Amino acid sequence: MSTDLLEEAARLRRGLPDDVGDRIVESLYTDATRLAETSVDRDGAASRLTVDRALDRVLTHRVWGFVAMGVLFFAVFWFTIAGAAVPSDLLYVLLVENGHAWLLDGFAAVGAPWWVTGLLVDGVYLATAWVIAVMLPPMAIFFPLFTLLEDFGYLPRVAFNLDRLFARAGAHGKQSLTMMMGYGCNAAGVTATRIIDSRRERLIAVITNNFSICNGRWPTLILMGTIFVGAVVPPALAGFVAAGAVVAVVILGIGVTLAVSWALSRTVLRGESSVYSLELPPYRPPRILRTLWTSIIDRTLKVLRRAVVMAAPAGAVIWLVGNVHLGDASVAAHLVTALGPIGWVMGLNGVILLAYLVAVPANEIIIPTIVMLTLTLGAPAAGAAPGVMLELGDDAQIGTVLVTTGGWTLLTAVNLMIFTLLHHPCSTTVLTIWHETRSVRWTAVATLLPLALGFVVCASVAGVVRALG
Amino acid sequence: MATPLPTPGVGRTPEPPDAGGACASCALAPEATRLARLGLDPGRYSHVVALAGNPNTGKSTVFNALTGLRQHVGNWAGKTVARAEGGFSYGGVGYRIVDLPGTYSLLSASADEDVARDVLLFGRPDVTVVVVDATRLERNLPLVLQVRQITGRVVVALNLVDEARRHGITVDVRHLARELGVPVVATAARRGEGLPDLLAAIEQVATTDDPPAPLRLVHHDPELERAVATLADQVAARFPSLPNTRWVALRLLEGDPGIEAAVRDGSLGDQAAPTVGAAG
Amino acid sequence: MTLDELPRGDRAVVTALDIRGGARRRLMDLGLLPGSAVHAEMTSPLGDPTAYEIRGALVVLRREQARAVHVEPEGR
Repeated sequence: MSTDLLEEAARLRRGLPDDVGDRIVESLYTDATRLAETSVDRDGAASRLTVDRALDRVLTHRVWGFVAMGVLFFAVFWFTIAGAAVPSDLLYVLLVENGHAWLLDGFAAVGAPWWVTGLLVDGVYLATAWVIAVMLPPMAIFFPLFTLLEDFGYLPRVAFNLDRLFARAGAHGKQSLTMMMGYGCNAAGVTATRIIDSRRERLIAVITNNFSICNGRWPTLILMGTIFVGAVVPPALAGFVAAGAVVAVVILGIGVTLAVSWALSRTVLRGESSVYSLELPPYRPPRILRTLWTSIIDRTLKVLRRAVVMAAPAGAVIWLVGNVHLGDASVAAHLVTALGPIGWVMGLNGVILLAYLVAVPANEIIIPTIVMLTLTLGAPAAGAAPGVMLELGDDAQIGTVLVTTGGWTLLTAVNLMIFTLLHHPCSTTVLTIWHETRSVRWTAVATLLPLALGFVVCASVAGVVRALG
Repeated sequence: MATPLPTPGVGRTPEPPDAGGACASCALAPEATRLARLGLDPGRYSHVVALAGNPNTGKSTVFNALTGLRQHVGNWAGKTVARAEGGFSYGGVGYRIVDLPGTYSLLSASADEDVARDVLLFGRPDVTVVVVDATRLERNLPLVLQVRQITGRVVVALNLVDEARRHGITVDVRHLARELGVPVVATAARRGEGLPDLLAAIEQVATTDDPPAPLRLVHHDPELERAVATLADQVAARFPSLPNTRWVALRLLEGDPGIEAAVRDGSLGDQAAPTVGAAG
Repeated sequence: MTLDELPRGDRAVVTALDIRGGARRRLMDLGLLPGSAVHAEMTSPLGDPTAYEIRGALVVLRREQARAVHVEPEGR
């Protein structure tokens, strides 16, 4: 009998004009308008605040709009990188140097077997401590700064300025916002894609978010830029060239984002552009203390917790591959030998690829893992215990280790920078992608596509450089 | 999917919310003694409050102010996507509050609108608070009218009145309340302004035995009006417990798939028990 | 004329929406319905989209959306 009701509805509907839905809605909106007109007194109201209008004139200006965007984002990154240095060092001394030593003493005092100490202290603890020391300060700076821009109402203006680029690429205008979030953390960026209504466009934003260099990858880029790229020019220019190299990778990332979006929207994710709706909210004076508080609780600690959960088992794995022996060599040595040929084709080496395998939980531990593996495998006499992340000295020391023991060249460094941009997302992000898409297929695409791109680009660069001698 | 968020504080603390928390600056003064935070323990609430509103109206700020939670609230449309739930206690009575996704309407044009619509229709909250932006009321009223077509248990929180003042806009709250037939409370949730009145209005609507009937919007098209009336009678005959037959009839005339499904499986009639947590 | 042709800084009143279904509703959600006053406030530095002031809000429309909105320019 309930179907009777539906049939009756269908019968009545046939008797009505076919735009009945639109008419119903329109009469609702007309009522709303009438009610608003009788309730609201706008007499004292300027249509928009003069301040807002003046700000918009600058922030969406043909020239100044882009200048302001560059300056603001540069400032956010600069504050993040520069401001994090001191607290990171402090945490490093506390957690990695002293904490590690104390734990070793403690474990020795209770007479724990060497492998228990190794697995827990050298593996799990050290990796976790590393991640906290390296990740917590920049995130605690980046997220609040970003949140301030968000609260102020600036981010929608960025979407407004850049919309055309994304429209041309078949993507949603708000993808520029999720891309920006990705510079802090890809997992956060992937979650932020919820602001995009259409599933097709949202998937594009999810898949391409990985091309925003996240916090965990900045250190690798900066280090490579400093000790290898900056070193080929006179010292006066070194800093400038190093920064330029990092920026070049970021711009390459934006290019790849647009290109991949374009390709996806014309192939597997073809479809109508969704109706675009973006509102530019009024500027609101940000409430700084509350912002600091909420963004530290809401974003920083959440992301950090996930990273720690991922880093702890990775630390165990790193220690195990360095210490479990099969035949005459450690598992790590076997893996490095096996990965060597692929590494060579990509202009990298087996150690780097192994580091990316074991450091999949968090990109932060790539460099320490690489150095640790290089030392333990390359020159056992160098004083490194197998599977233990060394306390790294200054940058130059790392450079020396990589060049002399690891046999690195400028090509290795440049390709590592490219691979830093173009590789699988960290496992936290992969998990988030699955969580957001609920699709194994799209999670696989988002994971493997960047890896495939990385392989192709690195191999091409290596091929060209080798052909040119 | 409910998002279990950490909920500080416990039941009926006869003291103002702890200083240093989100409400340190709230103007909750005397009424604050009646407000306390609750977790999601189902035994501790006796009323369900749904929080609806357009994107970027300060809905999450209202939610945070009531529950003491600290969902981040950005200044752009459409950030609250996961539905958040929290609890608070007012006057010794527990309330569970469900933050619906920010939507412009309930016409089933997106997944968010479906979630919001289903909670209101099938969850039958005891109170629906519609948060509206005082600076752009005409953009917000369509949603208010749609909610009012579904239920009479509504409180309108006219939020961002501080911003409206700054822009030289004044809203005639009494006129609005009279036209809508439900309480309208001016608030500035960011500063805690108006929250005591909002709480009092929520309590009043939650406890009344005689809520206003759902709003009847007249359609100026006689043909349409006749069709709606005919169908509404049949809906009433089929689902006698349904308060909002006219609205359901309108949705059926439009061929709303969600409502058609609810008719087909009879769930439209099972509105007796609040099942807020299960929807969406 | 259609809204996309409205010069920046000019005002107009919406006369009709030349679009059906969901997209029409989305425009109405944004406050665009016959009788609404619109003001072409600013255009993106890349030439598209344009932000219109509609009923107290600044709403961004891409050119192909604005093309569906018929307007009557206000005499200046």
